[in-house]
Amino acid sequence: MADSIEIKELDQVVVRFSGDSGDGMQLAGNIFSTVSATVGNSISTFPDYPADIRAPQGSLTGVSGFQVHIGANQVFTPGDQCDVLVAMNAAALKTQYRYAKPNATIIIDTDSFGPKDLEKAAFQTDDPLKEMGIDPDRVIACPLTQMVKDCLADSGMDVKSIMKCRNMFALGLVCWLFSRDLDIAFNFLREKFAKKPAIAEANIRVIQAGYDYGHNTHSSAANVYRIETRHKVPGRYMDITGNKATAYGFIAAAEKAGLKLYLGSYPITPATDVLHELSKHKSLGVTTVQCEDEIAGCASAVGASFAGALGVTSTSGPGICLKSEAMNLAVIMELPLVVLDVQRGGPATGLPTKSEQTDLLQVLFGRNGESPMPVMAAASPTDCFDAAYHACKIALEHMTPVVLLTDAFVANGSGAFRLPDLNDYPAIEPPYVPEELRGKWTPYMRAENGTRYWAVPGREGFEHILGGLEKDDKTGAISTNPENHNLMTQKRAQKIANIPVPDLEVLGDSEDAELLIVGFGGTYGHLHAAMDELRAKGRKVAMAHFRYINPLPANTAEVLSRYPKVVVAEQNMGQLAAWLRMKVDGFVPAQYNEVKGQPFVTGELIKAFEALM
Amino acid sequence: MSEYTFQDFKKGQPRWCPGCGDHFFLNSLHKAMAEIGIAPSQTAVISGIGCSSRLPHYMATYGMNTIHGRAAAIATGCKVANPRLTVWQVSGDGDGLAIGGNHFIHANRRNIDLNMILLNNRIYGLTKGQYSPTSPRGFVSKSSPYGTVEDPFRPAELCFGARGHFFARAVATDAPGTIEILKAAQQHKGASVCEILQNCVIFNNGTHDSVYTKEGRARNAIYVRHGEPLVFGEHNEYGLMQEGFGLKIVEIGKAGVTMDDILVHDAHAEDNTLQLKLALMGDGDGFPIALGVIRDVEAPTYNDAVEAQIEEVKAKKPYHTFAELLETNDIWEVR
Repeated sequence: MADSIEIKELDQVVVRFSGDSGDGMQLAGNIFSTVSATVGNSISTFPDYPADIRAPQGSLTGVSGFQVHIGANQVFTPGDQCDVLVAMNAAALKTQYRYAKPNATIIIDTDSFGPKDLEKAAFQTDDPLKEMGIDPDRVIACPLTQMVKDCLADSGMDVKSIMKCRNMFALGLVCWLFSRDLDIAFNFLREKFAKKPAIAEANIRVIQAGYDYGHNTHSSAANVYRIETRHKVPGRYMDITGNKATAYGFIAAAEKAGLKLYLGSYPITPATDVLHELSKHKSLGVTTVQCEDEIAGCASAVGASFAGALGVTSTSGPGICLKSEAMNLAVIMELPLVVLDVQRGGPATGLPTKSEQTDLLQVLFGRNGESPMPVMAAASPTDCFDAAYHACKIALEHMTPVVLLTDAFVANGSGAFRLPDLNDYPAIEPPYVPEELRGKWTPYMRAENGTRYWAVPGREGFEHILGGLEKDDKTGAISTNPENHNLMTQKRAQKIANIPVPDLEVLGDSEDAELLIVGFGGTYGHLHAAMDELRAKGRKVAMAHFRYINPLPANTAEVLSRYPKVVVAEQNMGQLAAWLRMKVDGFVPAQYNEVKGQPFVTGELIKAFEALM
Repeated sequence: MSEYTFQDFKKGQPRWCPGCGDHFFLNSLHKAMAEIGIAPSQTAVISGIGCSSRLPHYMATYGMNTIHGRAAAIATGCKVANPRLTVWQVSGDGDGLAIGGNHFIHANRRNIDLNMILLNNRIYGLTKGQYSPTSPRGFVSKSSPYGTVEDPFRPAELCFGARGHFFARAVATDAPGTIEILKAAQQHKGASVCEILQNCVIFNNGTHDSVYTKEGRARNAIYVRHGEPLVFGEHNEYGLMQEGFGLKIVEIGKAGVTMDDILVHDAHAEDNTLQLKLALMGDGDGFPIALGVIRDVEAPTYNDAVEAQIEEVKAKKPYHTFAELLETNDIWEVR
């Protein structure tokens, strides 16, 4: 073990908490990120949880991880590999060590490394560190369980409840390593357990004990770190996951538009948290219906929109397969609808808890007939708020279903969210039928921008029928007239093409880059980090990230043709590249594709991009 | 008195085959809506796909002719989002019970205040004559040239199995009987299933022959009314009595049977055992087919409960706007 302590000033640090699914790693990680964010550090988090319903305790498949990246400057990703790995048991060390940097500090609970634990974790010898080639000098090995028991011996708590506090000891130790202010953690716990003050105080005692242990022993670690905040954006902040930010975006948009928010949904990983979140907020009038299936989730949202609400449905890729039919109905009926697709690994049930970008072509094209639909993608957990807001705005103002793509990585990850002021957001004004059209109005009359007017049931004099059959442009009656169908097809396409979207922004060396990195959605952070590191090495690199995919920004072709080399990097087999090649004449990009269900690794991106230059 | 006539609900020229049961039903629906007296602007008629699902095009109300099987799901969203609307959902036997079977049972289970019309001609008409989920075993059709080898659904059984609280039946050609159950369905708060027996003159002609005429109904049907004895026959000479676990037909005045022995219909009984027995009569078992309101039991509706819960939570929780919602989180300030 190391003898001396060195205090290192760091730009950034990555901590990974790992343990059994029931060990409370997510809570420990959350508190640590909140404590760090409160002092102004930039944060990005990512939970990595097992798909098993409840794997046996201590088993390799039951390990769950929570990674936190904190930085003095802005951080864009939860980090490739960690500087500190907390492994609450042998199985966690076995499965999570590969996420640790070669010189990382490892914290283990020696009480969870007994013969049975080692056997469950499939270790061959009784020396797991040696077996894995881990330098003991980098390891803080403490009898964590025993110390927690001692700490709470006089608390009157039962053993089971005491064991639930183990995560707080690890948290206290990590807080000591990074010189964090414990008061913030204490306040967090007192608020979280406001109704169970005894639990809060027990947790607080254990955190303090972990901190003191670090302090008193100098924790046998080689390093103690400090991360000072350099660039602060003043304001009030909260920690928010992508799914919660998406739900908030829907609520904000409905309020701005003065409409009831209706969510029709069916539970599906990793989208279910949106249903959970919206179901909580009945005091804002939010209506959620957990339907009998994905089909009804979408169909009922179409019905709600017809009735004058903001209809939303939330799902993941397998749900999109089932919703396609009702999404298509909203296309031909020209009713507002927002479809949230929190992408996961596919095909079929695929990798339910993992992240991919493999639904892009599905949402663009996966419907019968000519079925144009706006598609957007959120770039980060906090960006989900703006993306959801604008998806609703487009749906309501242009009378169309809109697909919002996020993914498991963005949905479960979190970031520091600067509280938005709705006054700063653009108005949402649906095209209600103007009163002067009374007596003359037919259902497919269009405003100047090609949008069909909205007549909400209950309004006398505007009774009408919509439906899945093609309608006559003028009368709104069923029509199989070939010229009319051609005309209506074009009008529906033109309406979507007319939707104004912001120009594509070029980041980095926009003037003289030798390589333009192109991506969409949840890979934003990793691509940005790769660009930053390449530029720090002196390379000329720029980046363009798509949030609006259909319609594409007006300057797309111009941006893509401006640079000597373009690489489209995405977590699929090349779906965005295929879409861009279809839309931009002569565009032939290099591609970086990876379908592992895991976030990109910045280091690997850098290597691949350097090879292209 | 209603301020509307059936003309106020009529629109367009129906395109169904001459003699199709849909024509008869549509006329009765117009009349029933006029008698009910709810404005066309406050009414939405939502159908799926199929011959009968064309119906909203002939209504001067708000309406949607949607996609195959999804009418009940779409109507659910419509009613929950805007409970002030009166919502009618119209489906055929294929639309409602085959592709839309899941939505049918769940709309009943949730007890959403929808008037659910099931136009049952036991055939797929729009796709030109395939057997449906209500076609009897052995039924010969284009897709079953040697007869079907499956048993049909009996709509009442499905409705009751899904804990439905309202089930009524009428024959399309029987306008007074149809109007009566449609009005009762509207009166009932919750999911109200009305099975309409109707003929398909092209692909399944004569499927409900035994009750399609007034004379046929006098011989082969029994009109059930809450609180009245279950009697039938051209001169009401027959009645129904309970025997063991079943029902039996008796002749009144014979073998010592008097009116006092006859079972009195109770549509409001929570226990649906006898109502189900009535609903399932007439399937070649020698019993008459029951027409009228067979079950009509009050129960909390989904849409009312959704609204009530929202009001309850509004009163309890201190945050009612997005800005207030933000403040419920752990917030820190960076200066």
